[in-house]
Amino acid sequence: MLVLEKNAMTEEIELLVVKFGKSRSSLLPILQDIQRSHKHIPDFAQQEVARLLDIHPVEVYSVISFYSFLNSNAKGRNIVRLCQTITCDMAGKENVAKAIERELGIKFGETTKDNKFTLEYVNCLGMCDQGPALLINERVFPKVTPEKAVQILSEVK
Amino acid sequence: METKERKGAVLFSKYTRGEAIKKAISKTREDVLYELRESKLKGRGGAGFPTATKWMIVAAASSDEKYIICNADEGEPGTFKDRVLLLEYPQLVFDGMVVGGYTIGAKYGIVYLRGEYEYMKKSLEDYLEAMRKDNLLGNDILGKKGFNFDITIRMGSGAYVCGEETALIESLEGNRGEARNRPPFPVNTGFMGKPTTVNNVETLAAISHITIKGGEWFRKHGTDKSTGSKLFSVSGDCEKPGVYELPWGTKISELLELVGAKNTKAVQVGGASGTCIPKSQFDRTLAYEDAATGGSIMIFNESRNMLHVLKNFMEFFVEESCGQCTPCRIGNVKLLEGVEMIEKGEYTFAYMNQLKDLGDTMQVASKCGLGQSSPNSFISILENFKEEIFNGNGGHNGK
Amino acid sequence: MENKDNLRAPVSQKSLTVEKPTDLTTIGGTITVEINEKKVSVPLGTTILEACKIAGISIPTLCNHEDLCVAGVCRICVVEVEGMRTLQASCAYPITAPMKIKTSTPMVRKARRNIIDLLLSEHYGECYSCFRNGKCELQALAKEYGVDSYPYGHVDKPKYEVDNSSYSVIRDMSKCILCKRCVRTCIDLQEVGVLEAIDRGDKTHISTFLDKPLADVICINCGQCINRCPTAALRANDPSDEIWAAIDDPTKHVVIQTAPSPRAAIGEEFGLGAGHSMTRELNTALKRIGFDKVFDTNFTADLTIIEEGTELILRLYKALVKKESIALPQLTSCSPGWVKFLEHYYPEYIDNLSSAKSPQQMFGALIKTFYAKKAGIDPKDVVSVALMPCSAKKFECNRPEMNSSGYKDVDYGLTTREMARMIKEAGINLPEMPKGDFDNPFGEASGAGLIFGATGGVMEAALRSVVEFVLGVKVEDVFANANIIPLRGFEGVKYVEIPLGEKMGPVPDILKHLVPNWDWLKGVTLKVAVAHGTANAKKVMDNIKAGGKFSECHFVELMACPGGCIGGGGQPIPTTPEIRKKRAEAIYAEDESLTLRKSHENPHVVQIYEEFLTEGPCGHLSHKLLHTHYTKRGRYIA
Repeated sequence: MLVLEKNAMTEEIELLVVKFGKSRSSLLPILQDIQRSHKHIPDFAQQEVARLLDIHPVEVYSVISFYSFLNSNAKGRNIVRLCQTITCDMAGKENVAKAIERELGIKFGETTKDNKFTLEYVNCLGMCDQGPALLINERVFPKVTPEKAVQILSEVK
Repeated sequence: METKERKGAVLFSKYTRGEAIKKAISKTREDVLYELRESKLKGRGGAGFPTATKWMIVAAASSDEKYIICNADEGEPGTFKDRVLLLEYPQLVFDGMVVGGYTIGAKYGIVYLRGEYEYMKKSLEDYLEAMRKDNLLGNDILGKKGFNFDITIRMGSGAYVCGEETALIESLEGNRGEARNRPPFPVNTGFMGKPTTVNNVETLAAISHITIKGGEWFRKHGTDKSTGSKLFSVSGDCEKPGVYELPWGTKISELLELVGAKNTKAVQVGGASGTCIPKSQFDRTLAYEDAATGGSIMIFNESRNMLHVLKNFMEFFVEESCGQCTPCRIGNVKLLEGVEMIEKGEYTFAYMNQLKDLGDTMQVASKCGLGQSSPNSFISILENFKEEIFNGNGGHNGK
Repeated sequence: MENKDNLRAPVSQKSLTVEKPTDLTTIGGTITVEINEKKVSVPLGTTILEACKIAGISIPTLCNHEDLCVAGVCRICVVEVEGMRTLQASCAYPITAPMKIKTSTPMVRKARRNIIDLLLSEHYGECYSCFRNGKCELQALAKEYGVDSYPYGHVDKPKYEVDNSSYSVIRDMSKCILCKRCVRTCIDLQEVGVLEAIDRGDKTHISTFLDKPLADVICINCGQCINRCPTAALRANDPSDEIWAAIDDPTKHVVIQTAPSPRAAIGEEFGLGAGHSMTRELNTALKRIGFDKVFDTNFTADLTIIEEGTELILRLYKALVKKESIALPQLTSCSPGWVKFLEHYYPEYIDNLSSAKSPQQMFGALIKTFYAKKAGIDPKDVVSVALMPCSAKKFECNRPEMNSSGYKDVDYGLTTREMARMIKEAGINLPEMPKGDFDNPFGEASGAGLIFGATGGVMEAALRSVVEFVLGVKVEDVFANANIIPLRGFEGVKYVEIPLGEKMGPVPDILKHLVPNWDWLKGVTLKVAVAHGTANAKKVMDNIKAGGKFSECHFVELMACPGGCIGGGGQPIPTTPEIRKKRAEAIYAEDESLTLRKSHENPHVVQIYEEFLTEGPCGHLSHKLLHTHYTKRGRYIA
């Protein structure tokens, strides 16, 4: 990371600490904000968060690694999550999965070369009555079919 | 997303925003608690702890700081009733929290909303803002001197275990969502070490109605031991999946009829951590004293492979276990491996019995409810569908 | 343990320590519980585990450790409590009401057996090729519960690569059972914060920031995690093969220095209870193993007192008389774990660290210069080994600046555990050895050097000399029997004020070239502090940073390990507050039995200043050989 980038990151995190407070209980909201804006929580950001909240970097890393929606490694600009739980599975998740993999040319767990999409499975999205369900970033799409899924992805920037 | 006019005798009955708050503050805390106790309301998350008892302990605690937390970390596979309540009936949930704040003496309420529901955060926050404008939140609420209460929304980040109340509190405190040792219980030592009540979204919604219409009215619905009604999240093989409000004590067969389920082979009651009920037991009732559930009803018709269903559940637990205690961390892996052995036809009955034995241990020795309930499906599916699983296809039941 | 109140443990776990009533006769002070149908009265808040101990019933444990906050994760200690559907982890359940407990029911036995079998199914390796063979808590449980097969299988491939990047601590996570004792040691007990649980579910493992090698993170090498690991997942980086090779090589002259703490503890490895000093038996054993010379590290401990004490006097003189801005308080530098802790967390205080090397490194430099010359041996043929209670000493001797003799000053740091194994391998039963003496030219050392091993010892040793130097009186006239009691014991942080008064003594010869007289110390109150365990060191440093009372101290002793060196990361396992207390008692008893108890009276020290370090303490040659510099490391990890 360049010094300028580092400074910008520090400034960003300092603002977050002001917003959420300088206590350990602010850790998740701070990490969630960084995740939202950077699609991951870079090494340097983890150490800055640790410094500003007076905890150890490994504690920050430990927390990030615990939660499915937080990650240390860079991912694509859009995170596409397909529900893998049983009712979505019965509603045809497998075919949707195959269609998306074909269309994007990657497997689940991978990121497209242009960094546009990361494909992941996710556990129950709470859309069991309208499966299969797809979560793209924060937006949820119910009752997706292979065709519809591809259509949705094509509309994502 | 689909919204429809919902029918129900209790939760979906008529309610105007702020009604419960108005009623509550016109009474003493004791009177609110009295109605709640009369209602015999039990926690709707699944564990079924009497809500009044929880609130009484927190109300009685002499602490300058107390918290009421709304557990909106709805993660149990097959459950989505909280989604419906929060999207369509936020007034019930938030008013219930304000009533709680008044009753237990808390100034702060926190909604722990699962990360998957981030898309509803904005509208919920707008709703809270409107409540503030109308003095349903804030200082001297509705003119009640000294009654100050506000609600914030905190997001989860994709961890099923955070639905366990102490794991939820750990998460709020900025830690891994690992369940705490109990005792001490959150009612004594909860969020930031202060007395805390953690209530399910639906529980809070029920409280809004109880506050207005009284405990006796509530008790008229349901059974003796399971009072009131329940929201059932119905999914799987049926014509009309969705959220249904039905009185406790409804027979499984009645519910199947209602939702248009045909050729049903099995019903998973209570989600992945619940039990799998075979056709022969469809006359059982949905109630705390019989087939208990936090609301998840998943229907499987004759075409479904129950081993595949079980495998899906076990994969879920292997991933979602917090990993701190031995029985749950390793036990679930062993149960999943067992399912895979059956799939490949590489098992012995002796080992399957060993695994059931392990399931028994997990039920009693795991640290929290996740590990204690994760073997339920394994035990009930292998028991109730042994014919299909072990004989149906020569043990080779791939997908 | 010593600083339980300030543990960074989760709130839930802190509150578990229910305040035990002081007056047990009051109503509610004690509670009567029934354990296996036997009635026992225990103070309110006692855990079921402790209550069982009181009742004489043994409960197996793995994640529980006396020094650490409760975890309740291994679940091996579960018991049945009447009226409860699930079993309860006895280590984590405080008794606040009467209850009926059963510790050996079919359900309990089945659960324990299942838990052991599950742990074994994921525990890689077999006991023959494991250095904890015979000392592994998991192995002991397997034996106790009659494990004769692996019902849930047994891994045949390691799950993780062994991390041997560190000079001090090796991590073999395939043997880890996730009891998190190391995590609690590192974060709560030591506040170093290198290890945590990473990922979740079946992927959970203990690791470092971004899963980096231990050498690349801010590990201070204290090895406290090793002492608390129930299995062989953590171990010290063992150089004994290289040492055997050197011993077997006729061209090498292999010398060893032994520190006081290993001598006070090594008996434990041979079945003796804690608190049996084996100093002289060890001298004989080491010779029989094949070491050419055995020296006493206390000699350089005495030398450290002279050098570090002189440095302190010079700092005070510059500050008080010359009004120079000089870094005070002076902080001790003999604990390499503490030194690295400061380099990472308080790099701005690097000038406060005494530039005097640790006794180990002073000795290293002298062996390959003074001794080699005297013995007529080419220093390149000298292999210098240090028997230390410490894993950080391995790192210290590998610091690049530790080569002032022109060679690597100390070749190998060896822990007490490794030494014991070498002795056993040579077929020697240490306690049966006849007593032997240390070798010349360093000979016997003082009791002041000896007490370096316990927290407060360096300060006591220093004060014994400073009092005599400055006041010109016998230290015995100030402190009965030369025992400075306020500096002893295991309180986390100790603080002592000594008013020097108006009556000063003459400046002793050895310091005459540095200060003209002591008049400038008239009326001064000497303020000193002692902290052990880096969590306590952190308290002192944060206080200094905030300008609190410790910032007005003149001299502060800090040790990385709880209890000081006797509780070092290279000491025999297990470690408990009780064991550390007994080791300290052994050291203080040995000190009291000696006639020579002050560093400056050590004739060999006097001699080396006459013969070799002729410019006196803090002179040119001293600076070259006996002093060092430090590195500002900071807390960022690349």
